[in-house]
Amino acid sequence: MSLINLWVFLVAVVIILYVILDGFSLGVGILFPFAKDEKQRDMMMDSIAPVWDANQTWIVFGGAALFAVFPLIYTVLFSALYIPLFTFLFGLIFRGVAFEFRHNATRKAGWNRAFAIGCLVAAFAQGLTLGAYVSGIHVENNLFAGGAFDWLTPFNIMVGLALIAGYMLLGAAYLIIKTTGEVQQRAYRQAWFAAWAVAAFMFVVSIWTPYKAPDLMARWWTTPRIYFVWIFPVLGTFGFAMLLRSIKTKAEYKPFLYSLVMFFSAYLGLQSGVYPYAVMPDITIFDAAAQSETQVIMLIGALLILPVVLAYTIYSYWVFRGKVSADAGYH
Amino acid sequence: METVLLSRIQFGLTTAFHILFPTLTIGLAIFLVVVELMWLRTRDELYYRMYRFWVKIFAIHFAVGVVTGITLEFEFGTNFAVFSQTVANVIAPMLAFEGMTAFFLEAGFLGIMLFGWNRVPPTLHFISTCLVGLGASFSAFWIMAANAWMQTPAGFENVDGVFMLTSWRDAIFNPAFPTHLGHMLLASYETSAFAIAGISAYFLLKKRNPHFFKRSLAIALIMAAAVAPLQVIMGDLKGQSVAKHQPTKLAAIEAHWETNTDGPADFIAFAIPDNANEENRFEIRIPYMLSLLITHSLDGQIKGLKEFSPDERPNVLVNFWTFRIMVAIGFLFFGIMIWAAILWRRGRLFDTPLFLKILVAVQPLGFVATILGWVTAEMGRQPWIVYGWMRTSEGASPIAAGNVVWSLIMFGLFFGLIGAAYFYYTLKTLQKGPDFESPIPHVQMGTKAGGHHLAARRD
Ligand code: HDD
Ligand code: HEM
Ligand code: HEM
Repeated sequence: MSLINLWVFLVAVVIILYVILDGFSLGVGILFPFAKDEKQRDMMMDSIAPVWDANQTWIVFGGAALFAVFPLIYTVLFSALYIPLFTFLFGLIFRGVAFEFRHNATRKAGWNRAFAIGCLVAAFAQGLTLGAYVSGIHVENNLFAGGAFDWLTPFNIMVGLALIAGYMLLGAAYLIIKTTGEVQQRAYRQAWFAAWAVAAFMFVVSIWTPYKAPDLMARWWTTPRIYFVWIFPVLGTFGFAMLLRSIKTKAEYKPFLYSLVMFFSAYLGLQSGVYPYAVMPDITIFDAAAQSETQVIMLIGALLILPVVLAYTIYSYWVFRGKVSADAGYH
Repeated sequence: METVLLSRIQFGLTTAFHILFPTLTIGLAIFLVVVELMWLRTRDELYYRMYRFWVKIFAIHFAVGVVTGITLEFEFGTNFAVFSQTVANVIAPMLAFEGMTAFFLEAGFLGIMLFGWNRVPPTLHFISTCLVGLGASFSAFWIMAANAWMQTPAGFENVDGVFMLTSWRDAIFNPAFPTHLGHMLLASYETSAFAIAGISAYFLLKKRNPHFFKRSLAIALIMAAAVAPLQVIMGDLKGQSVAKHQPTKLAAIEAHWETNTDGPADFIAFAIPDNANEENRFEIRIPYMLSLLITHSLDGQIKGLKEFSPDERPNVLVNFWTFRIMVAIGFLFFGIMIWAAILWRRGRLFDTPLFLKILVAVQPLGFVATILGWVTAEMGRQPWIVYGWMRTSEGASPIAAGNVVWSLIMFGLFFGLIGAAYFYYTLKTLQKGPDFESPIPHVQMGTKAGGHHLAARRD
């Protein structure tokens, strides 16, 4: 039991790491069309070029870890969300190759577009996936038993849009840290706009979710949750207020930090309602878990290897710390 | 049923597209490690320029390799949900360990490898190159363990149709694994060595930067000469492993229909196998040869396909030919290396135009052999998805075929587009040739002053 709970925690950490790390990379891509010229676009791209691949690897590991420790989530969710997931992958494909191809191209316009659209599509499809997950999936005999378009609902589309706004916020906040001049000034304005959009979406989602997933709402009002769930909206509101202030005062690191606070509040609030379910409305994490031998092997591996991974990831960020210089150049 | 077939086509297409890129990056990474080591030891600028030139090719392949690989990992869940659920306990940790030990390593140090020249000291840069190369080979280790397990499952017990792990070690080091991994790694090294050699030979023929490309060619040929004979030996070992553990596959790749009850089994050098009538047309037989190859005795018995019911046999026509072409390429590469050795003894390695032209011509064949080898391995496993235990037809996701039609069309379009762009930019990068102009970063030279410039030998 506690092994499974430990894995719930670890998987949750991996997912939020992915959301934050690739979130700002995708966000920079979504903001890409607002750049004025090729030089500004180079600057934006250079700000993520050395790190995007490592950021994206968290979803690769996240997917495989889910497959290994909660195979039922992996198989049910992935077959249920066939179309959004492949849409997500197609987005990632164009985002990924655009770095290399754009750099080698003399006429960059096509790859500029591929990059921005790839990021936008990937973010939106991820939101659809999240929305569908929260709304619940029709399962029979441990297999997906719904239709190909079950995920196409107004609620899910709204979550998709919400995630785009969220990633724009992270992207803008990251650009504030990494860039200077006009790009940075614009990022402040974009962060301001995105912050309001995120707050509005969070508000709407909070009202809509009870209708969409009544069980989830009901669980929020049970003990012991009732004692702490109120923290999350409070934390979110606090993050939002501080975020606006830090953007106004043109702080450099704080907008990113307070954006994280908003993300964490939403994420933890959601997680606390979903637990102990793996796939709502029927499958709990205990039904979904793999054989305990597999979980142990995975745990030993994760505890030994992931700290090393985190260490060299941090090292890599440190190597590339500071503002991107105009002549950073490519390899 | 349609979902199964379409999913198989999609999986085959996406893996075949994917594998082209890792094949090159795994080998090219080793080449780059050698080049950077030479640069650090000799401080000869030419090595630095070589690194910067070939790493561009590496980066393009790496990018396409990464984005195509991600789709594969998702496809287990999207297209083969039942299979995935049944084998998750055993196979999924291998994929997860691949992520932890290989992909993070590659992605984490790639940034420094490509963009870190100005930011880290030379040894750290060299270590990054080594770690990226190590990551690529680790990745092969885990993915080949997973695939080998599907060929020769071990270390599990089947409880009510679900595979439960009993020994993690036996599952990884299953019978097919050693030769599977060895053969794939050698395939990567061989393919990359011939690719680098072919490109270098092309430029030597064009007389562009001969100094630069002579040296690239020399390193590539040393790699190729070391690997080509090993691959033939490893292939032989692989054949014996298949004969022992996957008799239906062996019989199919040899188009061997009848068990030889008394006397030797002939090797069939040429035939058009006919699945429906259970026979070969236009056969050319080499007496004794099959017994000799597989059992190392003149009259060793080898089970024929007719011993197995038709619904347990793979497609003989496909397996027979994909296998033969791969082996022919293996021997061709080996032959070219013997020729290279003779030319080298005579000191004519770099100025025999015919030799250089042949290197240019055979350059794509490593990729061809790799794909055909995979088709042999995977199609030969059919109709099983887990050999002897689970049929492919039982493994698909419970989704409507329309989903897969859609994704297959999208893959066709996007891979076509990306494949074309990849070719265009690779050729363009090659055409531009090495860059002798940009200054060497001062960290690399151990000086504080700005960019450094050694007197480049540019001829
Ligand atoms: C023998 C080697 C080999 C084989 C057979 C495969 N791959 Fe691969 N794969 C690699 C060797 C590799 C690599 C060389 O390690 C790559 C290329 C670029 C990279 O980052 O890693 C890679 C990339 C790569 C990625 C992207 C990782 C990242 O984001 O960094 C994924 C998810 C996969 N692969 C998954 C698969 C799956 C599910 C396969 C089989 C069905 C598969 N690969 C076959
Ligand atoms: C990268 C090189 C690979 C190539 C070119 C390749 C090729 C193929 C082909 C052609 C098929 C279709 C077979 C058929 O339907 O008759 C197939 C199926 C499949 N392969 Fe591979 N394969 C590769 C690697 C792998 C690896 C490394 C794994 C596992 C980790 C794997 C797992 C599968 C699965 C699950 C299927 C679908 C089910 C099946 O038909 O058995 N393949 N592959
Ligand atoms: C004389 C030379 C060769 C022999 C006898 C040989 C033998 C074999 C055999 C028997 C298999 C099937 C294994 C299985 O189904 O499990 C195989 C697979 C394969 N071959 Fe070859 N091979 C040779 C040369 C080559 C060359 C030159 C390449 C590529 C450069 C290559 C690449 C592959 C690959 C990628 C596979 C599938 C992965 C694997 O099974 O490891 N082979 N080979």
